Amino acid sequence: MPITLPASEVTAVKRHGNRLRILSAILSILLLSACQPKIPREALMLTPESLKHRQLQTRRFETADEKRVLSACAALLQDLGFTIEESETELGVLLGCKTRSAVKAAQVVGAVLFAVMTGIIMSVDKDQLMRASVVTRPADPGHHIVRVTFQRIVFNTMGHVCRMEMISDVKIYEDFFERLSKAVFLEAQGV
Amino acid sequence: MMRGFFRTVVLKGSKWLLFLSLFLFMACATTHERLMDAGMSPVQLRNMQSRVFETAEKERTMRTVIATLQDLGFIIDKADLDLGSVTGTKLNTYALRMTVTVCPRGESHLVIRANAQFNIEPVVDPQPYVSFFASLEKAMFLKAQAVE
Repeated sequence: MPITLPASEVTAVKRHGNRLRILSAILSILLLSACQPKIPREALMLTPESLKHRQLQTRRFETADEKRVLSACAALLQDLGFTIEESETELGVLLGCKTRSAVKAAQVVGAVLFAVMTGIIMSVDKDQLMRASVVTRPADPGHHIVRVTFQRIVFNTMGHVCRMEMISDVKIYEDFFERLSKAVFLEAQGV
Repeated sequence: MMRGFFRTVVLKGSKWLLFLSLFLFMACATTHERLMDAGMSPVQLRNMQSRVFETAEKERTMRTVIATLQDLGFIIDKADLDLGSVTGTKLNTYALRMTVTVCPRGESHLVIRANAQFNIEPVVDPQPYVSFFASLEKAMFLKAQAVE
Protein backbone atom coordinates (compact mmCIF):
# COMPACT_ATOMS: atom_id res chain seq x y z
CA MET A 1 0.00 0.00 0.00
CA PRO A 2 1.48 3.40 -0.96
CA ILE A 3 2.35 5.76 1.89
CA THR A 4 0.96 9.29 1.60
CA LEU A 5 2.80 12.04 3.43
CA PRO A 6 1.05 15.13 4.81
CA ALA A 7 1.34 18.29 2.62
CA SER A 8 3.70 20.06 5.11
CA GLU A 9 6.14 17.13 5.03
CA VAL A 10 6.05 17.00 1.21
CA THR A 11 7.06 20.71 1.13
CA ALA A 12 9.86 20.03 3.65
CA VAL A 13 11.20 17.16 1.51
CA LYS A 14 11.08 19.36 -1.62
CA ARG A 15 12.95 22.16 0.18
CA HIS A 16 15.56 19.68 1.37
CA GLY A 17 15.94 18.45 -2.25
CA ASN A 18 16.43 22.02 -3.46
CA ARG A 19 19.06 22.69 -0.81
CA LEU A 20 20.91 19.54 -1.79
CA ARG A 21 20.86 20.62 -5.45
CA ILE A 22 22.21 24.08 -4.56
CA LEU A 23 24.90 22.56 -2.33
CA SER A 24 25.98 20.15 -5.08
CA ALA A 25 26.14 23.05 -7.58
CA ILE A 26 28.36 25.05 -5.19
CA LEU A 27 30.55 21.99 -4.63
CA SER A 28 30.94 21.46 -8.40
CA ILE A 29 31.94 25.12 -8.90
CA LEU A 30 34.55 24.79 -6.14
CA LEU A 31 35.85 21.52 -7.57
CA LEU A 32 35.98 22.97 -11.09
CA SER A 33 37.96 25.99 -9.91
CA ALA A 34 40.35 23.65 -8.08
CA CYS A 35 40.95 21.64 -11.29
CA GLN A 36 43.32 24.18 -12.91
CA PRO A 37 45.68 22.33 -15.29
CA LYS A 38 49.19 21.81 -13.91
CA ILE A 39 52.45 22.46 -15.75
CA PRO A 40 53.29 19.39 -17.90
CA ARG A 41 56.41 17.45 -16.79
CA GLU A 42 58.08 17.87 -20.18
CA ALA A 43 57.42 21.64 -20.44
CA LEU A 44 61.01 22.49 -19.46
CA MET A 45 62.72 19.34 -20.73
CA LEU A 46 64.68 18.86 -23.94
CA THR A 47 62.90 16.35 -26.19
CA PRO A 48 63.76 14.84 -29.63
CA GLU A 49 61.36 17.48 -31.01
CA SER A 50 63.65 20.23 -29.61
CA LEU A 51 66.47 19.18 -31.96
CA LYS A 52 64.09 19.05 -34.97
CA HIS A 53 62.82 22.55 -34.19
CA ARG A 54 66.38 23.84 -33.76
CA GLN A 55 67.35 22.55 -37.21
CA LEU A 56 64.21 24.01 -38.75
CA GLN A 57 64.64 27.45 -37.16
CA THR A 58 68.42 27.90 -37.49
CA ARG A 59 70.76 28.92 -40.34
CA ARG A 60 74.42 29.93 -40.46
CA PHE A 61 75.48 33.06 -42.34
CA GLU A 62 78.94 33.88 -43.60
CA THR A 63 79.44 37.31 -42.08
CA ALA A 64 81.46 38.60 -39.13
CA ASP A 65 79.25 41.63 -38.53
CA GLU A 66 76.45 40.69 -36.10
CA LYS A 67 74.81 44.13 -36.22
CA ARG A 68 74.56 43.90 -40.00
CA VAL A 69 72.76 40.53 -39.73
CA LEU A 70 70.40 41.92 -37.08
CA SER A 71 69.65 44.96 -39.19
CA ALA A 72 68.88 42.71 -42.20
CA CYS A 73 66.54 40.68 -39.94
CA ALA A 74 64.78 43.85 -38.74
CA ALA A 75 64.33 45.03 -42.35
CA LEU A 76 62.94 41.61 -43.33
CA LEU A 77 60.47 41.64 -40.43
CA GLN A 78 59.33 45.08 -41.60
CA ASP A 79 58.97 43.73 -45.17
CA LEU A 80 56.68 41.05 -43.74
CA GLY A 81 54.56 43.67 -41.96
CA PHE A 82 55.85 43.10 -38.42
CA THR A 83 56.44 46.01 -36.04
CA ILE A 84 59.58 45.73 -33.91
CA GLU A 85 58.48 45.50 -30.27
CA GLU A 86 61.82 44.75 -28.61
CA SER A 87 65.49 44.78 -29.54
CA GLU A 88 68.77 44.23 -27.68
CA THR A 89 71.69 44.44 -30.08
CA GLU A 90 74.25 43.50 -27.39
CA LEU A 91 72.62 40.06 -27.14
CA GLY A 92 71.34 39.80 -30.71
CA VAL A 93 67.64 39.79 -29.83
CA LEU A 94 64.72 41.10 -31.92
CA LEU A 95 60.96 40.69 -31.41
CA GLY A 96 58.34 41.59 -33.99
CA CYS A 97 54.53 41.41 -33.81
CA LYS A 98 51.60 41.75 -36.18
CA THR A 99 47.86 41.17 -35.99
CA ARG A 100 46.06 39.66 -38.96
CA SER A 101 42.69 38.09 -39.75
CA ALA A 102 42.27 34.40 -38.81
CA VAL A 103 38.91 33.92 -40.54
CA LYS A 104 38.61 30.57 -42.37
CA ALA A 105 35.79 30.35 -44.93
CA ALA A 106 35.13 26.63 -44.24
CA GLN A 107 34.81 27.27 -40.49
CA VAL A 108 32.37 30.16 -41.07
CA VAL A 109 30.24 28.04 -43.44
CA GLY A 110 30.22 25.23 -40.84
CA ALA A 111 29.15 27.64 -38.08
CA VAL A 112 26.34 29.10 -40.23
CA LEU A 113 25.00 25.61 -41.10
CA PHE A 114 25.19 24.59 -37.42
CA ALA A 115 23.30 27.77 -36.43
CA VAL A 116 20.59 27.12 -39.04
CA MET A 117 20.13 23.50 -37.89
CA THR A 118 20.32 23.98 -34.12
CA GLY A 119 19.74 27.68 -33.50
CA ILE A 120 23.03 27.79 -31.54
CA ILE A 121 25.56 30.40 -32.64
CA MET A 122 29.09 28.99 -32.52
CA SER A 123 32.13 31.24 -32.20
CA VAL A 124 34.72 31.04 -34.99
CA ASP A 125 38.33 32.20 -35.37
CA LYS A 126 38.56 35.96 -35.94
CA ASP A 127 42.00 37.56 -35.33
CA GLN A 128 45.50 36.27 -34.73
CA LEU A 129 48.46 37.91 -33.03
CA MET A 130 51.64 36.67 -34.74
CA ARG A 131 55.02 37.03 -33.05
CA ALA A 132 58.46 36.54 -34.55
CA SER A 133 61.56 36.24 -32.40
CA VAL A 134 65.00 36.51 -34.01
CA VAL A 135 68.19 35.70 -32.11
CA THR A 136 71.71 35.97 -33.56
CA ARG A 137 74.90 34.62 -32.06
CA PRO A 138 78.52 34.35 -33.16
CA ALA A 139 79.62 30.95 -34.49
CA ASP A 140 83.04 30.04 -35.97
CA PRO A 141 85.21 33.03 -36.87
CA GLY A 142 83.53 34.99 -39.66
CA HIS A 143 80.13 33.33 -39.18
CA HIS A 144 76.89 34.07 -37.35
CA ILE A 145 73.95 31.86 -36.51
CA VAL A 146 70.38 33.16 -36.85
CA ARG A 147 67.47 31.45 -35.16
CA VAL A 148 63.91 32.57 -35.82
CA THR A 149 60.76 31.33 -34.05
CA PHE A 150 57.16 32.16 -34.90
CA GLN A 151 54.18 31.88 -32.55
CA ARG A 152 50.54 32.83 -32.83
CA ILE A 153 47.60 33.46 -30.53
CA VAL A 154 44.17 33.10 -32.19
CA PHE A 155 41.12 34.97 -30.85
CA ASN A 156 37.53 33.96 -31.69
CA THR A 157 34.46 36.11 -32.40
CA MET A 158 33.73 36.16 -28.63
CA GLY A 159 37.12 37.79 -28.06
CA HIS A 160 38.46 34.69 -26.25
CA VAL A 161 41.83 33.05 -26.92
CA CYS A 162 41.05 29.79 -28.74
CA ARG A 163 44.56 28.71 -29.79
CA MET A 164 48.13 29.39 -28.62
CA GLU A 165 50.87 27.66 -30.57
CA MET A 166 54.33 27.72 -32.06
CA ILE A 167 54.24 27.74 -35.86
CA SER A 168 56.28 24.80 -37.14
CA ASP A 169 55.44 24.87 -40.86
CA VAL A 170 58.66 24.00 -42.72
CA LYS A 171 57.71 26.16 -45.75
CA ILE A 172 57.39 29.31 -43.64
CA TYR A 173 60.90 28.92 -42.16
CA GLU A 174 62.44 28.05 -45.54
CA ASP A 175 60.79 31.11 -47.10
CA PHE A 176 62.01 33.34 -44.26
CA PHE A 177 65.63 32.19 -44.58
CA GLU A 178 65.56 32.43 -48.36
CA ARG A 179 64.48 36.06 -48.09
CA LEU A 180 67.05 36.65 -45.28
CA SER A 181 69.90 35.29 -47.41
CA LYS A 182 69.03 37.82 -50.10
CA ALA A 183 68.69 40.64 -47.53
CA VAL A 184 72.06 39.81 -45.89
CA PHE A 185 73.67 39.76 -49.34
CA LEU A 186 72.08 43.13 -50.19
CA GLU A 187 73.19 44.55 -46.80
CA ALA A 188 76.73 43.33 -47.49
CA GLN A 189 76.60 45.03 -50.88
CA GLY A 190 75.29 48.22 -49.22
CA VAL A 191 72.05 48.20 -51.30
CA MET B 1 -1.03 29.68 -14.82
CA MET B 2 1.61 31.36 -16.96
CA ARG B 3 2.02 34.08 -14.33
CA GLY B 4 2.65 31.38 -11.70
CA PHE B 5 5.24 29.74 -13.91
CA PHE B 6 7.11 33.02 -14.48
CA ARG B 7 6.95 33.78 -10.76
CA THR B 8 8.58 30.43 -9.97
CA VAL B 9 11.27 31.02 -12.62
CA VAL B 10 11.99 34.54 -11.30
CA LEU B 11 12.10 33.32 -7.69
CA LYS B 12 14.44 30.42 -8.59
CA GLY B 13 16.54 32.81 -10.69
CA SER B 14 16.85 35.30 -7.86
CA LYS B 15 18.08 32.56 -5.52
CA TRP B 16 20.82 31.66 -8.01
CA LEU B 17 21.58 35.35 -8.55
CA LEU B 18 22.03 35.74 -4.79
CA PHE B 19 24.55 32.88 -4.69
CA LEU B 20 26.35 34.19 -7.77
CA SER B 21 26.65 37.69 -6.28
CA LEU B 22 27.91 36.15 -3.04
CA PHE B 23 30.66 34.33 -4.98
CA LEU B 24 31.57 37.41 -6.98
CA PHE B 25 31.64 39.51 -3.82
CA MET B 26 33.90 36.98 -2.09
CA ALA B 27 36.24 36.98 -5.10
CA CYS B 28 36.41 40.78 -5.22
CA ALA B 29 37.26 41.00 -1.55
CA THR B 30 40.42 38.88 -1.82
CA THR B 31 42.00 39.23 -5.30
CA HIS B 32 44.10 42.37 -4.70
CA GLU B 33 45.95 40.62 -1.86
CA ARG B 34 47.52 38.31 -4.47
CA LEU B 35 49.81 41.17 -5.52
CA MET B 36 52.13 40.38 -2.61
CA ASP B 37 51.47 36.64 -2.67
CA ALA B 38 54.72 34.72 -3.11
CA GLY B 39 53.15 31.26 -2.85
CA MET B 40 55.78 29.99 -0.40
CA SER B 41 58.59 31.32 1.84
CA PRO B 42 61.04 33.64 -0.03
CA VAL B 43 64.07 31.57 1.08
CA GLN B 44 62.52 28.29 -0.16
CA LEU B 45 61.50 29.96 -3.42
CA ARG B 46 64.95 31.49 -4.02
CA ASN B 47 66.71 28.16 -3.35
CA MET B 48 64.41 26.34 -5.75
CA GLN B 49 64.77 28.91 -8.53
CA SER B 50 68.51 29.73 -8.28
CA ARG B 51 71.80 28.03 -9.12
CA VAL B 52 75.43 29.18 -9.03
CA PHE B 53 77.75 28.62 -12.03
CA GLU B 54 81.51 28.94 -11.89
CA THR B 55 82.04 31.50 -14.65
CA ALA B 56 82.40 35.27 -14.86
CA GLU B 57 81.37 35.61 -18.52
CA LYS B 58 78.00 37.33 -18.19
CA GLU B 59 77.36 37.97 -21.89
CA ARG B 60 78.24 34.42 -22.95
CA THR B 61 76.08 33.02 -20.15
CA MET B 62 73.13 35.18 -21.18
CA ARG B 63 73.46 34.07 -24.79
CA THR B 64 73.49 30.44 -23.58
CA VAL B 65 70.37 31.10 -21.46
CA ILE B 66 68.66 32.54 -24.56
CA ALA B 67 69.68 29.51 -26.69
CA THR B 68 68.44 27.10 -23.97
CA LEU B 69 65.09 28.89 -23.74
CA GLN B 70 64.79 28.68 -27.54
CA ASP B 71 65.60 24.95 -27.46
CA LEU B 72 62.82 24.52 -24.89
CA GLY B 73 60.35 26.16 -27.31
CA PHE B 74 60.31 29.71 -25.94
CA ILE B 75 60.45 32.88 -27.95
CA ILE B 76 62.43 35.72 -26.43
CA ASP B 77 60.20 38.66 -25.46
CA LYS B 78 62.84 40.83 -23.78
CA ALA B 79 66.55 40.77 -23.03
CA ASP B 80 68.76 43.31 -21.28
CA LEU B 81 72.50 42.78 -20.91
CA ASP B 82 73.02 45.53 -18.28
CA LEU B 83 70.20 44.24 -16.10
CA GLY B 84 71.10 40.62 -16.89
CA SER B 85 67.50 39.61 -17.57
CA VAL B 86 65.86 37.51 -20.28
CA THR B 87 62.10 36.91 -20.58
CA GLY B 88 60.51 34.34 -22.88
CA THR B 89 57.10 32.82 -23.62
CA LYS B 90 56.25 29.27 -24.67
CA LEU B 91 52.86 28.67 -26.30
CA ASN B 92 51.78 25.06 -26.59
CA THR B 93 48.02 25.05 -25.87
CA TYR B 94 49.18 26.66 -22.59
CA ALA B 95 51.17 29.86 -21.98
CA LEU B 96 54.38 29.43 -20.00
CA ARG B 97 56.23 32.68 -19.28
CA MET B 98 59.68 32.70 -17.75
CA THR B 99 62.20 35.31 -16.64
CA VAL B 100 65.85 34.36 -16.11
CA THR B 101 68.27 36.76 -14.42
CA VAL B 102 72.06 36.49 -14.43
CA CYS B 103 73.86 38.28 -11.57
CA PRO B 104 77.59 38.25 -10.76
CA ARG B 105 78.59 36.82 -7.37
CA GLY B 106 82.15 37.66 -6.40
CA GLU B 107 84.69 37.69 -9.22
CA SER B 108 84.32 34.22 -10.60
CA HIS B 109 80.70 33.15 -10.17
CA LEU B 110 77.28 33.96 -11.59
CA VAL B 111 73.92 33.37 -9.92
CA ILE B 112 71.17 32.41 -12.34
CA ARG B 113 67.60 32.68 -11.14
CA ALA B 114 64.55 31.58 -13.10
CA ASN B 115 60.92 32.17 -12.24
CA ALA B 116 58.01 30.87 -14.26
CA GLN B 117 54.29 31.45 -14.61
CA PHE B 118 52.05 28.73 -16.06
CA ASN B 119 48.90 30.33 -17.53
CA ILE B 120 47.83 32.48 -14.57
CA GLU B 121 49.55 30.51 -11.80
CA PRO B 122 53.11 30.84 -10.46
CA VAL B 123 55.23 27.68 -10.81
CA VAL B 124 56.10 26.64 -7.24
CA ASP B 125 56.84 23.00 -8.00
CA PRO B 126 60.65 22.34 -7.87
CA GLN B 127 60.63 19.74 -10.71
CA PRO B 128 60.28 22.18 -13.68
CA TYR B 129 63.19 24.26 -12.34
CA VAL B 130 65.33 21.13 -11.92
CA SER B 131 64.59 20.26 -15.59
CA PHE B 132 65.41 23.81 -16.74
CA PHE B 133 68.78 23.90 -14.94
CA ALA B 134 69.62 20.39 -16.21
CA SER B 135 69.14 21.71 -19.79
CA LEU B 136 71.16 24.83 -19.00
CA GLU B 137 74.02 22.78 -17.48
CA LYS B 138 74.30 20.80 -20.72
CA ALA B 139 74.37 23.96 -22.83
CA MET B 140 76.94 25.67 -20.59
CA PHE B 141 79.17 22.59 -20.15
CA LEU B 142 79.27 23.55 -16.48
CA LYS B 143 77.91 22.02 -13.30
CA ALA B 144 75.27 24.06 -11.45
CA GLN B 145 75.62 24.42 -7.70
CA ALA B 146 72.82 25.12 -5.23
CA VAL B 147 72.76 28.60 -3.69
CA GLU B 148 74.02 28.59 -0.08
